[in-house]
Amino acid sequence: MPSLKDLRNRIASVKATQKITKAMQMVAAAKLRRAQTAAEAARPYAERMAVVLGNLASGITVGPDTPRLLAGTGSDRVHLLVVCTAERGLCGAFNSSIARLARDHANRLLAEGKTVKIICVGKKGYDILRRQFAEQIIEFVDLRAVRQIGFEQADQIAQKILGRFEAGEFDVATLFYSRFRSVIAQIPTAQQIIPAEIEASAGATDAVYDYEPEEGEILTTLLPRNLTVQIFRALLENAASEQGARMSAMDNATRNAGEMIKKQTMTYNRSRQAMITKELIEIISGAEAL
Amino acid sequence: MATFTFELVSPERVLFSGAVDAVVLPATEGDMTVLAGHSPVMTTLKTGFLVVTSTPGNGRRVLVRGGFADVNQNGLTVLAERALPEEELTQDILDQEILTAEMHYDATNEPAAKHAAESAIAQLREAKAALNF
Repeated sequence: MPSLKDLRNRIASVKATQKITKAMQMVAAAKLRRAQTAAEAARPYAERMAVVLGNLASGITVGPDTPRLLAGTGSDRVHLLVVCTAERGLCGAFNSSIARLARDHANRLLAEGKTVKIICVGKKGYDILRRQFAEQIIEFVDLRAVRQIGFEQADQIAQKILGRFEAGEFDVATLFYSRFRSVIAQIPTAQQIIPAEIEASAGATDAVYDYEPEEGEILTTLLPRNLTVQIFRALLENAASEQGARMSAMDNATRNAGEMIKKQTMTYNRSRQAMITKELIEIISGAEAL
Repeated sequence: MATFTFELVSPERVLFSGAVDAVVLPATEGDMTVLAGHSPVMTTLKTGFLVVTSTPGNGRRVLVRGGFADVNQNGLTVLAERALPEEELTQDILDQEILTAEMHYDATNEPAAKHAAESAIAQLREAKAALNF
């Protein structure tokens, strides 16, 4: 049976923890709003880009001249996994669920006898994957110093990937991130970025376009940019998901702390009362004995 | 004067959306003006000023870098990798842009890319001079 003082200390420490989780939840809520508006603001660009690419690609037949970013290298021996996670923990299952998806994917590929290379964006995913895939990880991109993710960061990552692709280091690239559905639902997603998956727009305009310069040339400038846009979108979705996950994780933690405080206060009051009763009985029985 | 819908979109945000009279685009193969009823065109853009005219004799300049324009029956859409309205331009930003362009120039060996970077530097220097920095 812990003493009254122990109980008091324990309640105080849980209260302090609750204050921290409560504050973290509120900070996450504020950051979530910002991240969400950033993700929404970036959406029109990505959508237009997809439409334009769809229009262009549907008019082109795959041949030897087709850019390799669209047609692929013709083999799928070496796979590159780009795993985007958060830089910080304390956000529930956010990091581990992305890492798990990537790990399952990597294990499947390895079982098929393919070569796997991994680029980690974000420290947490690197920490998790390092344990199993230390040899496969070829690069680690650190975004800890970045406060607000801009197009430049996405561009830097895209350039690294493109450089490796042009050097023939891999055939297929897949991007792992968490899609932001709502505050309570973030969906870990795997998206193939090289060769580009382009949905031929069903409602492609019939109007005859003039292309300036040639279609093929536009396509060669557009495809690398599309890669950057996809990565940029993934990073923004990830940022929003992270804050959402942290918000609900911290909300849970605050509620649990509240329950714990309630339970311990009850025990504290009970034992305090028991002590008073015991002392009274001692006094009364002492007086009766006289 | 007939107007058409114009949208200027950068990766971070939508900079402009609305009806305008005319837009001058810094297209890769020469500047071009888009008016209402323009035939469908798709073109890439070089670094330079895009001029939006929403009321006659009143242009608004936006510096764009790397992007493309899509003209169709619904209007004009410009997707620019980087777009800076004239009001937001400062000497520091321009210097930074010039530096990036110069680094591109030094980093590449392809004649086409080298030429593109060279013209970007020239455009930016011109912009700097035009804005009296």
